[in-house]
Amino acid sequence: MKFRVNGQEREVAAPDDMPLLWVLRDLLGLTGTKYGCGVGQCGACLVHVDGEPRRSCMTKATTVAGKSVTTIEGLSADANHAVQRAWAELDVVQCGYCQPGQIMSAAALIGGNPNPTDAEIDATLGRQICRCGTYQRVRAAVHRAAELHREERK
Amino acid sequence: MSTGADLTRREFLKTAALSTAGLVVAFYVPLRGRFASAAEAPAAAPAKLAPANAFLRIAPDDTITVLLAHSEMGQGIWTSLPMVIAEELDADWSTIRVEHAPAAPVYANPAFGIQATGGSTTTWSEFDRYRQVGAAARMLLVQAAAQRLGVPASDCRTADGAVIAGGQRLRYGELANAAARLPMPETVALKDPKDWKVIGKPTRRLDTPEKIDGRAVFGMDVRLDGLLTAVVAHSPVFGGKVKSFDDSAARAVPGVRKIAQVPSGVAVVADHFWAALKGREALKVDWDPGPGATLDTGAMLAEFRRLAGTRGRSAAGAGDVPGALGKAQRSVNAEYVVPYLAHAPMEPLNCTVRIGADRCEIWTGTQFQTVDQATAAGITGLKPEQVELHTTFLGGGFGRRANPASDWVSEAVHVAKAAGAPVKTVWTREDDMRGGYYRPMFLHRVAVGLGEDGMPTAWDHTLVGQSVMAGTLFEPSYAATGIDPSSVEGTADSPYLKAVPNHRVQLHDFKSSIPVLWWRSVGHSHTAFAMESMIDELARAAGVDPVAYRRKLLAGQPRHLGVLELAAAKAGWGTPLPASRARGIAVHESFGSYVAQVAEVSVQEGRIRVHRVVCAIDCGIAVNPMTIEAQMQSGIAFGLSAALESQISFKDGRVEQSNFDDYRVLRLPEMPQVEVHIVSSREKPGGVGEPGTPPIAPAVANAVAALTGKRLRELPLKLGA
Repeated sequence: MKFRVNGQEREVAAPDDMPLLWVLRDLLGLTGTKYGCGVGQCGACLVHVDGEPRRSCMTKATTVAGKSVTTIEGLSADANHAVQRAWAELDVVQCGYCQPGQIMSAAALIGGNPNPTDAEIDATLGRQICRCGTYQRVRAAVHRAAELHREERK
Repeated sequence: MSTGADLTRREFLKTAALSTAGLVVAFYVPLRGRFASAAEAPAAAPAKLAPANAFLRIAPDDTITVLLAHSEMGQGIWTSLPMVIAEELDADWSTIRVEHAPAAPVYANPAFGIQATGGSTTTWSEFDRYRQVGAAARMLLVQAAAQRLGVPASDCRTADGAVIAGGQRLRYGELANAAARLPMPETVALKDPKDWKVIGKPTRRLDTPEKIDGRAVFGMDVRLDGLLTAVVAHSPVFGGKVKSFDDSAARAVPGVRKIAQVPSGVAVVADHFWAALKGREALKVDWDPGPGATLDTGAMLAEFRRLAGTRGRSAAGAGDVPGALGKAQRSVNAEYVVPYLAHAPMEPLNCTVRIGADRCEIWTGTQFQTVDQATAAGITGLKPEQVELHTTFLGGGFGRRANPASDWVSEAVHVAKAAGAPVKTVWTREDDMRGGYYRPMFLHRVAVGLGEDGMPTAWDHTLVGQSVMAGTLFEPSYAATGIDPSSVEGTADSPYLKAVPNHRVQLHDFKSSIPVLWWRSVGHSHTAFAMESMIDELARAAGVDPVAYRRKLLAGQPRHLGVLELAAAKAGWGTPLPASRARGIAVHESFGSYVAQVAEVSVQEGRIRVHRVVCAIDCGIAVNPMTIEAQMQSGIAFGLSAALESQISFKDGRVEQSNFDDYRVLRLPEMPQVEVHIVSSREKPGGVGEPGTPPIAPAVANAVAALTGKRLRELPLKLGA
């Protein structure tokens, strides 16, 4: 199966039922995308497929053939995406394990909605679980990222 | 005033020169205590538990590497301990690097005598020593510079990672090797706190860059040449054994390499996780469930209630409780229950093991290096020093990765041994959720007699629950009393009881096959709920405002009072709220820190919503206020999951929950706005990782009672239809 990952053409021989998550982690060595629950509950495995947020633990790898996948490693060069800058500025991370999924979710949100409300943030980021409870700074950082993103586009 | 520390009296400080690595300082101190809070004088500990701690390394390229004997699991010590060293060293903060130390006796946590992270001990147990390490290194660098420049050391000063004398400036990197050859000073002078520039300054985390771009390596992310992945089929019932298994279908799964029975079950070893999981699904195991097959939490609770009516072991007592209860004007009786809880860190348990002829290498996120190392040595027949343990970042710990039984590491070593290859053993979320080592279920039965003034004259308190220390290496530490202090902490030593002339606390140590373990804030996770709920019930029975009632009972407790008043003031206690909302308060000391929280709640369609939490903390010297704020938010979120949603239960010996769909935890929409206020203090630093958790459940329950008139005494809090 062929697909693009972080801008590069990749070819893998994966079992038909293998989720994208394990193709990324175990076959391609892209370990930034995390396994948290395996059943689409926690969002730690969230990646972008053709720009749309997808839970890679619930996405059969075969369904992304010919598509373009972006993982946390490919979100930006030098961690300079507006979401990453906001995350650093507001000191969001704690243990850090869920953060790639949080960041990818936030990036997809502000990519399609330059000025999300609290309710819109809740609806989207509310699907991610963080056991450290970074939620308050996540919410603030999404607002800040949207602001940085709007400035970039001026 | 500058503090001189007599290092010879405190054991010794020694240096070792590494020709390539520059200056290495190892700091040895006497063992001080076990699970003591900063407020207590640490107890003497068994001599066999070796003391020692802390390292720093200054390289010729000016980088300063702080080796953490403790594990970074989100709590922020990756930043706060280097701050303490950098303060005394006058380091250039941009040159600081951090690594987890290897597993070795020198890194034993003085609070435990083993290399371990827990009990919110890191900052209070390391604060003085990390400063002394920084100060000693600075002194050696100054001497090296003085020799090189031919000036007296007293003419040298330090700033931003360099020694300066007159117009000359020598970077620490240029001096490191020369400094490493100098004899250690016998004493070091520490900075006057008024001169601190780093300690107390809100400082961003040093681990952020690698945690926002996918580079950070957690145990789950370890990669080695030829590494296989295993999952293990565990007994569905605790204590169950494999009778037989049929692996013919499992072996046929592409990618499956080996199937092997290990003490904890049957391991399926494969090229990657997915093949291992598919192999396990195809595996047929016939289990002998053993006596655990009848476990039922409903039946256990009935037994807890029966036990609560019988005489337990005395954990605290004064006066004549039955007599005083008989004479009381009236009494208030209540029973509080908390369930078993899983830690459910976001990173499921995992461990990578590579065994060689004379060496065993382990990569895992652990809070308990010494125990894991000794366990692996026992399984492989190697000496502990032949077990090389690499601590990765922990994707959450909360106590689960500090297991005296070393369960997941032990299993992974058995699997790698059986496979004859390097193996990463991975637990699925379901394995993690059902694999035990829970916060134990506890029942508190409390009867309090009130005098004419509405204040308590007698307090009779019985706890029933499993000990987390029984049967572990920590059990001897409480042999004298037979009371696991972590079962009763927060009740037996409650400041409220000190104000009640007649009181007694009894404990029933319930035995069960359910593996239990410390869970963020340990005993305080249930005792604060019982104590702070009861105090609120008493205030209401007496017709006194809950803050005023606490103020009276805590008259001799200035630090409790300090946070109580601060939280109340900042929350606008007593000022009007919309009719749909109410406030509740709780105050509790744990791990040397004092925390009060005011929760503002409403009830929407039968569901409790927490909108705002005002949190005041007195943790002594606040090393990194940014981390303290984060840890209060974190502790509150963790406590709210338990207060509102989470529960592990058993039916026919099986855990009824399996994943985040049925073991519910707090999500972003339920996160209240948390405001943190830190008391300015020069007291010794207390913990911050855990103390934010205990007060939130009672603060919410008290607010619900204020709003609805209904007193909820069981966690998770549920309003009936």
